[in-house]
Amino acid sequence: MDMPAPNSGIQARKPEIARRLRAVLPPDAVIEAQEELKAYECDALTAYRCPPLLAVLPETTEQVAQIMAICHDIGVPVVPRGAGTSLAGGALPTEDAVILGVARLRDVLEINTDDRYIRVQTGMTNLAVSAAVEDEGFFYAPDPSSQLACAIAGNIAMNSGGAHCLKYGVTTNNLLGVTMVMADGDIVEIGGAEMEAAGLDLLGLICGSEGQLGIVTEATLRILPKPEGARPVLLGFDSNEVAGACVADIIRSGLIPVAIEFMDRPIIRATEEFSGAGYPDCEALLIVEVEGSAQEIDDQLARIVEIAKRHDPVTIRESESAEESARIWLGRKSAFGAMGQRGDYICLDGTIPVGELPSVLTRIAELGAQYGHMVGNVFHAGDGNMHPLILYNANEPGQLESAEQLGAEILKLCVDAGGCLTGEHGVGVEKRELMTHQFAPVDLEAQMDVKDVFDPAWLLNPAKVFPLAVSASRRTAE
Amino acid sequence: MSISVAKETGAPQSEAELRDVIRAGGPFVIEGGGTRRIGLAQGEVLSTRALTGVSLYEPGALTLVVKAGTLLSEITALLASENQRLAFEVPDMRGLLGRDGESTIGGVVATNASGPRRVALGACRDFCLGVRYVDGRGQVVKNGGRVMKNVTGLDLVKLMAGSHGTLGVITEVSLKVQPLPETVVTLKVPQCEALDAVGIMSDILGQPFDLTGAAWSDTTVFLRLEGIETALKYRIGRIRARLGRDVAELWGAALSDPIWQALRDVEQFHDRAGDVWQLSVRPSDAAALVEAICPEDVIYDWGGNRLWLLTAEGTDVRAKMHRGHATLVRASDGTKARLGVFHPQSAAIERVSAGLRHKFDPEGKFNRGMMG
Repeated sequence: MDMPAPNSGIQARKPEIARRLRAVLPPDAVIEAQEELKAYECDALTAYRCPPLLAVLPETTEQVAQIMAICHDIGVPVVPRGAGTSLAGGALPTEDAVILGVARLRDVLEINTDDRYIRVQTGMTNLAVSAAVEDEGFFYAPDPSSQLACAIAGNIAMNSGGAHCLKYGVTTNNLLGVTMVMADGDIVEIGGAEMEAAGLDLLGLICGSEGQLGIVTEATLRILPKPEGARPVLLGFDSNEVAGACVADIIRSGLIPVAIEFMDRPIIRATEEFSGAGYPDCEALLIVEVEGSAQEIDDQLARIVEIAKRHDPVTIRESESAEESARIWLGRKSAFGAMGQRGDYICLDGTIPVGELPSVLTRIAELGAQYGHMVGNVFHAGDGNMHPLILYNANEPGQLESAEQLGAEILKLCVDAGGCLTGEHGVGVEKRELMTHQFAPVDLEAQMDVKDVFDPAWLLNPAKVFPLAVSASRRTAE
Repeated sequence: MSISVAKETGAPQSEAELRDVIRAGGPFVIEGGGTRRIGLAQGEVLSTRALTGVSLYEPGALTLVVKAGTLLSEITALLASENQRLAFEVPDMRGLLGRDGESTIGGVVATNASGPRRVALGACRDFCLGVRYVDGRGQVVKNGGRVMKNVTGLDLVKLMAGSHGTLGVITEVSLKVQPLPETVVTLKVPQCEALDAVGIMSDILGQPFDLTGAAWSDTTVFLRLEGIETALKYRIGRIRARLGRDVAELWGAALSDPIWQALRDVEQFHDRAGDVWQLSVRPSDAAALVEAICPEDVIYDWGGNRLWLLTAEGTDVRAKMHRGHATLVRASDGTKARLGVFHPQSAAIERVSAGLRHKFDPEGKFNRGMMG
């Protein structure tokens, strides 16, 4: 993976840049020392690392505005960073960039349960937002698996989803308003606490823009009443095709499960060894979870089981207690850990039309064999968001490269099946060069035109999202 | 409507022909079925109504891809044949605006047209998965796709939805559709004043009862529940216990649907003189704001997040608002020109919006002046 050469002129001005930033920030908010900057050299895509020029940790929107104004004035690239949990390298620095971390922007600004919203600073973690309204009987719906650590800023940047978005949608469906600092330091308010914002849907544009358009420092989020309860059923099948057909039938039935998770045989075996969740040894497993009152859950599960029975399942395990629910989820939740025990892995998140599941899984297995990598599949089947995990050995030369090549082939396969490169992790640097497989030049041009409007100098989160060759003339323009 | 029309350019028969027309001419007033345009614009009418047809419908994946000129009525019938629907409950604006014609899906998306179910399930834009459009340079651009989770690149789908034809001419949309619920019930809570009504709606929306409609009109609160009958009965029991007052139950689509259709289409204001405003406010602000504006009539939808106001001609509703926003949906061209159809925004936002319009449509060919 290539990154553009750093601007040595900017690097040479590090002392001046640091001095100007220190003048507007609290004493400990500017990080300059090489050993301290190591903490910012990568995100959760740890294969790529690069120390930034500097890192800054502002505490207020006004400080963010001053940082942006200074960086804009000097022409310093800025890489926004939430909690650094991006799997796509969305917060990977360059050597000439200032990392702007929102970790100290952690306040709850307002809770309004009558109008059902919460306003927070975006350094708050996803789970802390739900925790802030829990006592009032509410929660914040998007639940990425990193929710304990990940920041709302990153959730907005990547339009994060989670296991429960089948019912509740992803971040863009739950974001009401933002305070955003523009590339030149202007502070703008977009949307508010109302259900709809005025004018062009800039909120929809900013959500998922991967830090390309501005720094979101405050967010107004929709909160929802917590369901009375939730329980899953575990369904085992002896082929992926049959499991896929069962998923389609459940979706068509009119029932709206909050989650439909799919695991294939390599994942089932790995998680069973790792966690002892009591999964049957079969080709495909589904976890279907429904919500509501006890009676409602019983009714819905009964219908799901009825649908499943038409597909000759090898296992039906309906949870009847919180303990059993936890056991059913145990394997799924430890899937990444289980694969991690077997080696290093790359986690992809291409999305495909639900009807293409069986054929895509077959083709992934073939590709895995061809490249000599084991691939396990665990994913949100209700919305076709795959998570192929490609195992490799980082200590063996060439393994990372071949795993990455296999990953690229799988993502192209997702696009060719009618899907997309990324369902919830984002493009970052990881999938940047694959964008030309999904988009025609004119499609990418339209997206880059949007960035031109928000960030004319292309200083925000450089060398992400758009293929380097495609964005070269804009990035290097004076 | 006296939108000045120099000539009818007709309706291009294909995306390629549309592209050629755009390259060669302009400015244009973009039109689908001509049933829901509210903004003022000058130019030749450029219609998408000949761009019709279903490109893909996968009921098992809840996905529909359809050309922009396809009639809403045809889509509704197609989905009904598979026991499905558009979740966002598209308003029929003909009665309110005094229009003829047949609504097209392109117009629905371009105006982000959403009805009562929006309070729970989201707006039209929340169900838009992908879009194709022709920009002002006559280039065909696509964004998004046909899958429900997609964060690949910038989301221009949302941007196009609700852009009122000011950024490009939508030629195809990809939508997430919804299975029909097993049954529906509407609860009527009579004899509620505005403040009381907002209190009831907020209270019940704040409980896990999955309301799919919460509206107030003419002293009655309407609450809608959809799903499995046993579950609805349980939730009604809980709602009755919370409210502790008289509640009527209207079970089944035959009794329930006409109520929501009337609210959706603002039937209460049909054939009545005056301007019609659509407000987006916080429910807790609604009652005091309405009192300050003193309209001739009002409907609260979306639990009080959306207000429909019938006001005396020329009333400037925005003068009384200190937050939220108001759209002037029906008025004389003079009033629309004087007050503006769309709510004015901050200078910074106007600058960004103008910048986007300039990128998408550099020569100002589409719905010039409509949104700013």
